[in-house]
Amino acid sequence: MRAIAIMSRVLKELFRDKRTLALMFIAPILIMVLMSIIFNTNSSTDVNIGTVGITKTLNNDINGTKHVSAKKYNNNSIAKKALKNDKIDAIINKKGNEYHLTYANTDSTKTATVKLAFKNALIVTNIDQLKNALKQSTEATMKLKAQLREKQNQSAASPVADENSVINSSKQGTPKIVNTYIYGDKNTGYFAKMLPILMGFFVFFFVFLISGMALLKERTTGTLDRLLATPVRRSSIVFGYMLSYGILAIIQTIVIVITTVWLLGMEVVGSIAAVVFINLMLALVALAAGILLSTFANSEFQMMQFIPLIVVPQIFFSGLISLDSMPNWIRIISYIIPLKYSGDAVNLIIMKGTPLMDLFFDISILLVFLVVLTILNIEGLKRYRKV
Amino acid sequence: MVKKIIDLQHLVKAFGEQTVLKDINLTVRTGEIVGLIGPSGAGKSTVIKIALGMELASGGSAKVFGTKMPSRMLLGQIGYMAQTDALYMSLSGKENLKFFGLMKGIKRRILPVAIKHVTEVVDLTDDLEKKVSGYSGGMMRRLSLAIALLGNPKLLILDEPTVGIDPALRRQIWAELGRIRDAGHSILITTHVMDEAEQVDRVALLLDGKVMAFDEPVALKNEYKVNSIEDVFLKAEGVE
Repeated sequence: MRAIAIMSRVLKELFRDKRTLALMFIAPILIMVLMSIIFNTNSSTDVNIGTVGITKTLNNDINGTKHVSAKKYNNNSIAKKALKNDKIDAIINKKGNEYHLTYANTDSTKTATVKLAFKNALIVTNIDQLKNALKQSTEATMKLKAQLREKQNQSAASPVADENSVINSSKQGTPKIVNTYIYGDKNTGYFAKMLPILMGFFVFFFVFLISGMALLKERTTGTLDRLLATPVRRSSIVFGYMLSYGILAIIQTIVIVITTVWLLGMEVVGSIAAVVFINLMLALVALAAGILLSTFANSEFQMMQFIPLIVVPQIFFSGLISLDSMPNWIRIISYIIPLKYSGDAVNLIIMKGTPLMDLFFDISILLVFLVVLTILNIEGLKRYRKV
Repeated sequence: MVKKIIDLQHLVKAFGEQTVLKDINLTVRTGEIVGLIGPSGAGKSTVIKIALGMELASGGSAKVFGTKMPSRMLLGQIGYMAQTDALYMSLSGKENLKFFGLMKGIKRRILPVAIKHVTEVVDLTDDLEKKVSGYSGGMMRRLSLAIALLGNPKLLILDEPTVGIDPALRRQIWAELGRIRDAGHSILITTHVMDEAEQVDRVALLLDGKVMAFDEPVALKNEYKVNSIEDVFLKAEGVE
């Protein structure tokens, strides 16, 4: 009962602070729109392609594409070294009738540019080849006709050799293309990968900071002491805060999801309710962490100092950057990062439509975070009242 | 029967190495105002925090209403006002009162009546709908007192209630405290305004973690052979 009263008071205070509200709802939208513009439509990047063993015409055609330059390498290993050293962004290697394309793929826009340039160049070359083939076949037909006419007159053997050459040239028109990615795969669109994590990050960031600040304010203005001088349970205070910030996080997640789906055209394969649920869990973890850490801060500025320490590392370990190739100790750190689990879960829901049931692991880890931090908070309030 | 509402016996409180309270013996009986005076840093707030159960005594016993502190349920019968106003600035006066009323466990049904009563006492009826951020310092102090008075608690613990209040209002508040006492309630009040110490029923002189003297103001003045509590205070400090 008291928890409800605390919740309605916290909400009342929050909704009267128009600037903070605007920050919570408008700032994420603004940043995400900016990011989607910057990461998705950056088409004027210059791309360098290393080519091995392809025809001169194809090389020239690739070079002719805007913002793309092709450089011939003598063999594949030299080209690979250049790729490793960031001198080139992709390798096109012709092996027999196959094209092996290797992308650095650290920048998905570059990968896309290379693919497009190669495809276009191939089409141009193919058209040239077809033209040639057509010319040849027309010539052959002419020849045939002439021969036929002669044969009609002379009645003699068949033109087997010429037919074969026509078949050969048409075979060459459809070469096999093999794509290899140094990082990620063909589905890696940068913003697409970032979005679920970004969404969680905004929820985490704002709930962590604002709830921490709110409790800090309660402490410094003395309202926490006054609150604790009433028979209220310590747990009621913590639950009251959870309820109010839970509601706020639900609204914030819905706003962010709607923005990304409608404004940015993001495709959500799974259920939006599941996305909201996971973000709510994350928000409650952020809230508990914010409240807990606010007890170690003596001023608003000291609370801000937790941003580089607690909030920013969440991004690095959240799965935005693949940790597979990192040293072991870094992967161990990532296990204690709540955003990793929510990012994993939301990623699966948005991209693969995984139902909540199958995300049992991520959800239960978040739950463990939540329970442990909540207990610590309720116990931590003993610092201010011994019972 | 005069009951001991607050009963502190041989209270000791240490924070790490530092012993703030060495030997505190203090009682507050039914229907009296006890003043706690002492220089800042003498441990007045610590005494109050132990009486409220916010801090644990390192030694000795602290009983309120005959129950050993800390006890959460007892807090419903204690009205507490801290040195700071401790109000929610973005809420109105009424919303502050309502919130703390619910926290004290006052039933929603009788809450409006309780709020009406305490606002009349502190003369805030006209400004109740205004946001606290628009209040003057004196109004905030009065609202803070009104919150402490909510629920008609048997014991009031007031930490420097008249700091930053103009003389007319201070007199008004003291008159109200007198009425509350006459209604049979007990009040423990800290102050460093010496002429306020003259108005209490008994005054405790807190110095260096000990209660140096604890008696009626008149008796103290006789004992120390001086004319004011301020002189008692100075003399006690000089002796020490």
